[in-house]
Amino acid sequence: MSTNKPAFMQWLDQRLPVTNAYEKHMSKYYAPVNLNFWYVFGLLATLVFANQILTGIWLTMSFVPSADEAFLSVEYIMRDVEMGWLIRYMHSTGASFFFIVVYLHMFRGIMYGSYKKPRELIWVFGMFIYLVLMAEGFMGYVLPWGQMSYWGAQVIISLFGAIPVIGDGLTEWIRGDFLISGITLNRFFALHVIALPLVLALLVVLHILALHEVGSNNPDGIDIKKHKDEQGKPLDGIPFHPYYTLGKLPMIIVFLFVFCGVIFFFPEGGGYFLEHANFEPANPLKTPEHIAPTWYYGAFYSILRAVPDKLMGVIAMGAAIAILFILPWLDKSPVLSWRYKGWMSKTAIVVFALAFIMLSYLGGQPVTDLNTWLARIGSVIYFGFFLLMPIYTRMESTKPVPERVPAK
Amino acid sequence: MTQDGVNKGRRRFLYIATGAMGAVGAVGVATPFVRSWFPSEKAKAIGAPVTVDISRLEPGEMRIAEWRGKPIFIVRRTEEAIANLKSDELVDRLSDPNSEVVSQQPEYAQNPARSRSEDLLVLEGVCTHLGCSPQFLPNVEPQSFDENWMGGFFCPCHGSRFDLAGRVFRGVPAPTNLVVPPHMIEGSMLTIGEDTA
Repeated sequence: MSTNKPAFMQWLDQRLPVTNAYEKHMSKYYAPVNLNFWYVFGLLATLVFANQILTGIWLTMSFVPSADEAFLSVEYIMRDVEMGWLIRYMHSTGASFFFIVVYLHMFRGIMYGSYKKPRELIWVFGMFIYLVLMAEGFMGYVLPWGQMSYWGAQVIISLFGAIPVIGDGLTEWIRGDFLISGITLNRFFALHVIALPLVLALLVVLHILALHEVGSNNPDGIDIKKHKDEQGKPLDGIPFHPYYTLGKLPMIIVFLFVFCGVIFFFPEGGGYFLEHANFEPANPLKTPEHIAPTWYYGAFYSILRAVPDKLMGVIAMGAAIAILFILPWLDKSPVLSWRYKGWMSKTAIVVFALAFIMLSYLGGQPVTDLNTWLARIGSVIYFGFFLLMPIYTRMESTKPVPERVPAK
Repeated sequence: MTQDGVNKGRRRFLYIATGAMGAVGAVGVATPFVRSWFPSEKAKAIGAPVTVDISRLEPGEMRIAEWRGKPIFIVRRTEEAIANLKSDELVDRLSDPNSEVVSQQPEYAQNPARSRSEDLLVLEGVCTHLGCSPQFLPNVEPQSFDENWMGGFFCPCHGSRFDLAGRVFRGVPAPTNLVVPPHMIEGSMLTIGEDTA
């Protein structure tokens, strides 16, 4: 093989493992034949990440991170910078789409048991990505220094104040001031554009390295490495490239259609992607009548509000995120995919997904007695899904998983 | 390389000693990075008292002043509102009606009206839950969140409720009463941030 290689490639390969890496991760990385629609979101997340980095760099060229200038500089980008409006909308819409594809990607993992042995670390790295993404989204939202930026930051940072003893000192340390101020804005800018993107990129590398070590799961949860041909190639596997790269191109195009549709026609996403209150400059003396986080934090915000106690509310919210990390060790089922799990698991996953959507919606709604009770019911379902998982996944009878990928 | 005649005990000691020195060094290097996040001297310096003319504040009216970047609510309470503060119907629903949590007010405001003079309320307009600024709803009228609303403050963020003395209701997320800042009244001038001339 190496004999047919151009001289340049031979020269390169002796100094850098280019061909080796290309084969390991692309042309000889065997992915199961039966990957379906749900397997596109990891790729889409990478695409959105690239969009965020690129548009983000361009935005920093015109954005001024100071309490006096931030809001005005965003308006300057929107009105005076050539095509600045497009770059900003690509970035702001990208933020929401990042969460849409990441949520679908995570739901895929839950449906097909992609977090289960031997893929626990992939899930854990993925959860760290999600956590950093939430921090990234939050800090990015503070930068335009509108009303919602300011009061959102006030609420989120105050969450740390609920920690006994060190709480007040900790919030002061995070803000760098006795209240949210330009000092806070400046450090969030630094974290948003340098620190967290670096961490995110590193985590994405770890996530993919861990994935390529054990190989992709599939909708049937079948281990394709069990049956290989004489050359050691899995019988139910096909090379990632070109089958799942070019093969996914049509779906990427569909995604870009939707993405562009939002950028050009609904950049504010009906007040969900860019909240209306954020078109008013930050006013430290007046909280907007209706304050809500952006939609992607809605579920956790609902859980916070469902608990009528400051410290317990913050603990519940923290636990709601933390419990996702240990999911691989809660699922005691002998099978991976829900296709072969019993009715209890299937019902639990559907009810959990509905509860998550309801909580996300309620997070953007005002506080009323009904909403509070719905949020409480949703919170119980949310935690019940995880805490009862060791019980219902052990109790139910599962269907036998075929040895090979079933023929369609 | 041969491992014969290696003093393992000494080697382990050197490993640990080097590691410990490295850890001390890491803490030392981390110090400036952690310390630089604390409020700067400039941030600490902004916080001088503010003085507000309250001669034209009508009963039932609220004015918002700014002190240390925080909204300060200045309310002239009506006779009716002052009387309501003492009604059992209200007091029963409060979590700390006698202002026993001393961190929330100066000593001179530890009374049912939580103020120096009964008619004038001075509060930090910062919810003790997560720092939103509550809304001023002074009238006795049913609200969507409370059928028997007697007037007070409602936090739109998470639904915490306070009466017209900033006392927190039971069963809401805010744990304590709203803070009464140090203040003093000289004639028609109210000074916030200072209580002894």
